[in-house]
Amino acid sequence: MSEIPEQLSYTAEHEWIAHGDAATVGITAFAVEELGDIVFVELPGVGDMVTAGTPCGEIESTKAVSEIYAPMTGEIVEVNDALETAPETIGDDPYGDGWLFKLKTDDGEYVLLDADGYRSLVES
Amino acid sequence: MTRTTQLHQLHTELGARMIDFAGWDMPVWYDSAIDEHHAVRNAAGLFDLGHMAELFVTGPQASSALDRALLIDATAMPVGRARYSMICNEMGGIIDDLIVYRLDETEFMVVANASNGPVVFAELVERAAEFNATVDDRTDDFALVAVQGPKAEEIVLRLTGPDLGDLKYYRVAHIQLSGEQVEGAGIEGVQGYAARTGYTGEDGFELFVPAEYSQALWNALTQAGAPDGLVPVGLAARDTLRLEAGMPLYGNELTLETTPFDVGSARLVKPKDDWYVGSKALAVAADEPHDFLVGLHVDGRRPARTGYDVRVDGRVIGVVTSGAPSPTLGNNIAIARLDQTPELGDTVHIDVRGTETSATVVELPFYRRPQ
Repeated sequence: MSEIPEQLSYTAEHEWIAHGDAATVGITAFAVEELGDIVFVELPGVGDMVTAGTPCGEIESTKAVSEIYAPMTGEIVEVNDALETAPETIGDDPYGDGWLFKLKTDDGEYVLLDADGYRSLVES
Repeated sequence: MTRTTQLHQLHTELGARMIDFAGWDMPVWYDSAIDEHHAVRNAAGLFDLGHMAELFVTGPQASSALDRALLIDATAMPVGRARYSMICNEMGGIIDDLIVYRLDETEFMVVANASNGPVVFAELVERAAEFNATVDDRTDDFALVAVQGPKAEEIVLRLTGPDLGDLKYYRVAHIQLSGEQVEGAGIEGVQGYAARTGYTGEDGFELFVPAEYSQALWNALTQAGAPDGLVPVGLAARDTLRLEAGMPLYGNELTLETTPFDVGSARLVKPKDDWYVGSKALAVAADEPHDFLVGLHVDGRRPARTGYDVRVDGRVIGVVTSGAPSPTLGNNIAIARLDQTPELGDTVHIDVRGTETSATVVELPFYRRPQ
């Protein structure tokens, strides 16, 4: 069973969110297992405005390209530049050093899953 | 309905990620496709190829039937040889690429791709009809397991005895397994065939035994190979290995729309008498313009993939047929089918998801194993 940290929120697109001044976003261990070896990541740019539920980047594994979705609407304030030369970090540490970007959101209400909700989704 | 090999449960127990491949539920990787790729180049890998088709053509006119059905000159093949060949339709389009093994004067085994097994079987039956020969689909009778890598010979010989070491490349021999070095494996006395063929660019064997011994053979090889670092290898690594070795994949480089001339396989088209299926069309195609397969080192960090356009001076001259990051070389590589043949070292441009990316024309194969 892949790891699902209790303190994070989740989306049905297999992303995790750590709330704070800015929200930190990454992909889950489940997503990493599905993707396999990650060879390339295209992240949004700092300053980009993104809309909840729409693609804002891509992750490419040895076999396929998958989209990264913005979990909430807002402005990208930081991206994980280290992933440009070391995309495999996502696979090695998806909840830590493999974070993708940080997003300052508006005050909208977002329906996110908690750990239990995400666990039900992936274990069904 | 999805098919499974006799090793299916074993793969899931090993934690393999499974995918549907040509209607079979097969392991795409066990842990990391990149690690599995390196293991084959540096030690050895174990492959379940039970999804591939074993089609037997037997009888007094078996070789003539194959001469008619395929591009190959089967009659001229010595017993114990393997030959790479193709089966074409009446227009000279490639239905499948395959390996023909001459097991005896009147017995041939044709191994076809999983995706084309039923089609190739039907064509062989039809094409052999006028000959004193029988075509049987014995796919379900056989387990096919491959061991590939620099340690493959050492490992396999622990099960077969030392004589198999003399088997040369593209030869096939009858084998009888010994359980002496792998206690409790249940392979004692099991008979089958070993072929020194493969799809990785490394040395190795493809082992054919009765299907009921699939698990016993896999477990025996696992045990025999443990001291040398033998690991199970899935389809993802199989693809990067064959790509580095410059080997075509049916569905990518080879299709019904390509003749052998379009894919650099003119040498397979024998100047035989004008009576094998496709010969008339191929005789015409031999003198007409055709496409070329070229190898490319792709710049940048993003791999080129099947279907991406290839351009020179703004004009589309072809398409990427296969592409991936090369674990052994450390850069992205691709094979493309172009309407012209560039010089080695020339630059072309590939449309990588909207970004024009340069690539350099290189020789195939990308990788050759150290001799």
